[in-house]
Order: sequence, then structure tokens, then C-alpha cells
Amino acid sequence: MNTLPDPHAPQRFTLSSLAAKWLGPATEACVAPLLLLVALYLPFAYFVLPEASALHLSLFGINLIGQIMCFALLALALDLVWGYAGILSLGHGVFFGIGGYLMAIYLLNGAYEQTHVLPDFMQYMGASEFPPLWKALSRLDVTVLATIVASAAVAAVFGFVTFRSRINGVYLSIITQALTYALMLLLFINDVGLGGNNGMTGFTQLAGHPVAGATTQIGLAVASCVLLVAAYVGVRYLTRSALGRALIAVRDDEARMRFLGYRTHTLKLLAWCLSAVLAALAGMLYVPQVGIVNPTIVSPQLSVEIAVWVAIGGRGTLLGAIFGAILVNGIKFWLTAELPAVWPFILAGVTLLIVVCFNNGVWGTFKAAAGRERQP
Amino acid sequence: MNATPAARTAIYISGLSVTFSGFAAITNLSMEFRYGEIRAIIGPNGAGKTTLMDVITGKTRPAAGDVFLNKETNLAALDETAIARLGIGRKFQKPSVFEALRVRENLELAIRNGRGYADMVRSRLSERRHARVDEVLDTIGLAAEGARVAGTLSHGQKQWLEIGMLLVADPQVILLDEPVAGMTDHETGRTAELIAGLRSPERAVIVIEHDMDFVGEIADLVSVLHEGKLLGEGSMQSVRANPEVIRVYLGR
Repeated sequence: MNTLPDPHAPQRFTLSSLAAKWLGPATEACVAPLLLLVALYLPFAYFVLPEASALHLSLFGINLIGQIMCFALLALALDLVWGYAGILSLGHGVFFGIGGYLMAIYLLNGAYEQTHVLPDFMQYMGASEFPPLWKALSRLDVTVLATIVASAAVAAVFGFVTFRSRINGVYLSIITQALTYALMLLLFINDVGLGGNNGMTGFTQLAGHPVAGATTQIGLAVASCVLLVAAYVGVRYLTRSALGRALIAVRDDEARMRFLGYRTHTLKLLAWCLSAVLAALAGMLYVPQVGIVNPTIVSPQLSVEIAVWVAIGGRGTLLGAIFGAILVNGIKFWLTAELPAVWPFILAGVTLLIVVCFNNGVWGTFKAAAGRERQP
Repeated sequence: MNATPAARTAIYISGLSVTFSGFAAITNLSMEFRYGEIRAIIGPNGAGKTTLMDVITGKTRPAAGDVFLNKETNLAALDETAIARLGIGRKFQKPSVFEALRVRENLELAIRNGRGYADMVRSRLSERRHARVDEVLDTIGLAAEGARVAGTLSHGQKQWLEIGMLLVADPQVILLDEPVAGMTDHETGRTAELIAGLRSPERAVIVIEHDMDFVGEIADLVSVLHEGKLLGEGSMQSVRANPEVIRVYLGR
């Protein structure tokens, strides 16, 4: 009897053989062009394809895609600090919110310019004129700049204090969670002047275009795709550089890095501030697409969910974070419409299943399996 | 003995005391480490050997006393990063290489010494440093393993890689905490050769070790610590003959 394995026998079908066949550097290189293709497809699907066509997309669908792209950018931002620098932020909503609220102020500037009617919440507060300070954000380019500066500054102050004091791990996570909760409570207060728990809405124009118009909404969705791709390419370059390896080293053994002469808090601060800016830009694009901003944008729930998207996709892989955000939010939009009551149970179930079965996340597990298969 | 009495002092310690919430780990310790020598520190567990390394490298702050580098820089006032940048390298008891990175990448991180973020973003390494990494890979016997992920190395290879990570930055002071713990005899022999190769008139090497044969093979001078105090100092033979040392440590 011949007990040697037959070299001509068909290869056994396994997860890793499948992964090795389909997942490689070539597949990864396809993702960015694919997302750009989606960006090109959106206006084509709405304006060119007839409504009867199966490939036609409604404005509602395009809007959802745009929102999901913003969430994917948010997840990418978190993966940079969690997956590479080892900082699990459960408060990235703070930066998302900074971008969202500043964008809302800009949009209300535009609305007031057109209608000369004060936003409802200002009238309710008894204001008689548009706040002069708000007029600083009457231009889009200034608003973008202000968002970048504000998010980086908040991140720098918070990061400097905590990283220098060597606050790590769960302690840091708890502080970030408390931070976003505190900000939410603050924003709930009417006297803060940012709309209280009703938030801010009634946007009419964005850079001269009607905010709810098809061109504007499609433009925003396309911009979200393009920014996601640009951020992915940039972050990927950074994480694959020597600086990215230094971040990984800080994640795995921060003390050792100090004894090698590294100012580890500076390294963490760099990643942290960059991540904050990306999250804030995501918030800026998100708010005009949903047409409202209110304190739930900085709720602890959203911030924890971001970590769930990254964990499901696989942290420290960048593409995993994007994949996880798209997957979870795609299912969420579908199921909250069909079966709103069961959605939380499904999310919890899927999260548990993935933590148990794929402890590197879906993308991370496949990637690791592909790597093993290629290098036996 | 290779070290002459005239050799310059690298680390000068005087009146050093370290306490951990009331417990005195080191009490009024004074000693010197000189350039050109390989010094072993031996002593029973809890003698304060690792604490002494912690103080020199800035991990632990002393309660009293001075620790000077080259008789001019007070190390007690600096943090770990600043001390490392002065050229004091340390190997930990348990191998602490970056397991997710490749062997070569570990050495490249070490040679950059935490400086030049712009070069790091562009992953640029000067010709000279590139050659130095190659040289060290050769010295530690891992020339063929440069592209391997460090986590897949054997225990001994990880220890060598960590020594390489110190060596690559050309430090003036090297501290090694139990470099041969858990090694096979063959690996121990190779490590002894590697450590002997660290000897230089520009460098002080300090080794904590329990393996007496290994200590006898590499050390010029042996210092014995016991309960945070210096019990004796001298050549291996003289320390082995010291009745106090036999009583508290070598025994039997």
C-alpha cells in the first residue's frame, strides 16, 4: 500500500488555500482603484443609466454609500492608532464630532446668508443676530483649515498629557470614552449655543450649491470615496515606512523603544494627531450628507462601534478596517430598515462570532492564512 | 586582567540608595565601572543587581546618591530615552526583540536611535548605517536570517539579535542582564565569544549572570552584591576564595 501523499491529488479545499489563491499583494493593490471606480460609477449610475436599469442608483442609495465611505474613513483613522500604535481610542467620535459641528456652523452661515432667518435654536435662545464669531466660518476653505487645526490641537493637548504621563491600555481607553461622553453632555446643554439636544439642521447651500440637490449629494459621496482612497494610500505609505515599523515596535514593547533612544510619546502623538484629523474630515463630509448634526455624533455608542468595525475587519491591516466598516454599516442600513428590533442582537452576535472564530478579524485572518500558505 | 588601574571611569556610583515603598533594594552602594573592562555582577536573587541596571538606565529613580557617566553627566536626572541617546545600551533578562518585525528591521530601528523622523517616513538609511547593519548581522551570526520575522527565531538567536540591537548603535556602556539564561551549552559558548568581542578601550561592558563558568570565562572583574550592598570585588579566583561570598552565594 502506498501511504505517500499523491502529488497529483487535487489540493484539499481549505480556508488558507482559498485565501492564498485570492488574497495577495495583487488583490490589495486592487482595492484603491476599485474604490475610485465606485466614485466614478456613482454619477454615471444616477445621471446616465435609465431608472429602469438594475444598475441605476437612487439618490438615497448614493447617499448611503457616501455615509458608509465616511465611516470607513473613520475606521481607517482608528486602525492607524489602534492597529499600529496600540492606542485603543473609544472616543474617536470626539474628532468626528469636531469636524461635523464645524461643518454645520459653516452650513448655517450659508443658510443665514440666503434666508436671513436665524436658525430655530437661536431664535429659541432669544438671539437677535447671527453670532459674529460664527461668521469666521463663512468660507468652506477656512472651515476645512479650521477643522484640521482644531482636531489636531485637541488631539495634541490630550495626547501630550496622557502619553507623557504614560497612561496606556484600558486606562487610556476609559479616559477617551469619558471624554466623548463629557463632550456629549456638554453639547446637550442649550446654553452652549450649538443647538442642544436637537442639534443643528436647516442647511440650504454648500459652496453655492443647494445642499439637498442631486449634484451636491453625489459630489459629496464621490468626495468621500476619493478622500478615503487618498487617506488609505497615505496611511499605507506611512505604516509601511520605517516610521510605521517604529509605531509597531511601540505597540508591542514601548519600554524597549525608550531604551533604544526613542521618544515614544512623540511617535504616538504623531499617529494620534494624524488619526484625529482624518476622523474630523470624515465628520465634515458626513454632516451635509445626513443633513443634521446633534450630540449623538459624539455618543459613546458610536465611538465603541468604530472599534467594533475595526475588530471585525481585522486591526492593523488598514483594508480590514475599511472592509469592516463597509460590511457592518451595509448590513446595518439594510437590517435597521427591515428588522430594526433585532439589529443590536445581530451586531452583538456577529461580533462575538468573529472574536471567537476569527481573532484577527475577517480580513486579518484571511490575510494571515494566505501568508502561511505561501510560506510553509 | 585586561583593565589597568589607570583606565578611565565610565560609570561612577556613589552613596546610592534605592527603596521600593519602604523596602531597601540598594543601600549606600559605591562602585565604578571602567572603560575597556568586562565586569560581571553576581549575587543571590534580590541582591539588587537588576535594580542597579534600572538606576543606570533611568528606569528607576534613586532615593539618594549619584550615578555619573564619564564623571560629568548625572544620569539620575535623565529619563530612559535621554540615557539611551548618550550611548548606554541595555539588554533585558527576557529577550525583548520586536517579534512582529524582521531581523534586519529590528537592527535598523536600533541604529536610528529615535532620531530623524523625516528619514524614517522615507525609509531612508545612510550607506554607512546600512553597511553597519550588515556588519552586525554578521557578528551576531544572523547574516542569513535578515529577512526572517524575529518572532520565528530560536531563544538563543533572539538573545543575539538583542545584543546586536545594542551593538549596532556603538554604545559606550553595554548592560547585559542574564544573557545566557535558558541557552544550550553550545549557544552559551557562542555568546561568550560574542561578548568577548564587545571589549573595546572605548566601551564598558557590565554583565549580570548566575552561570559561574560563563562569568569566569568572560569577566575581567567580578562584583558581588548581597542585600543591596557590595560584598566583594576582584578577580573570579579571589571572589571564589572569599569566605563571605561563599557563605551567602556560592555556598555548598
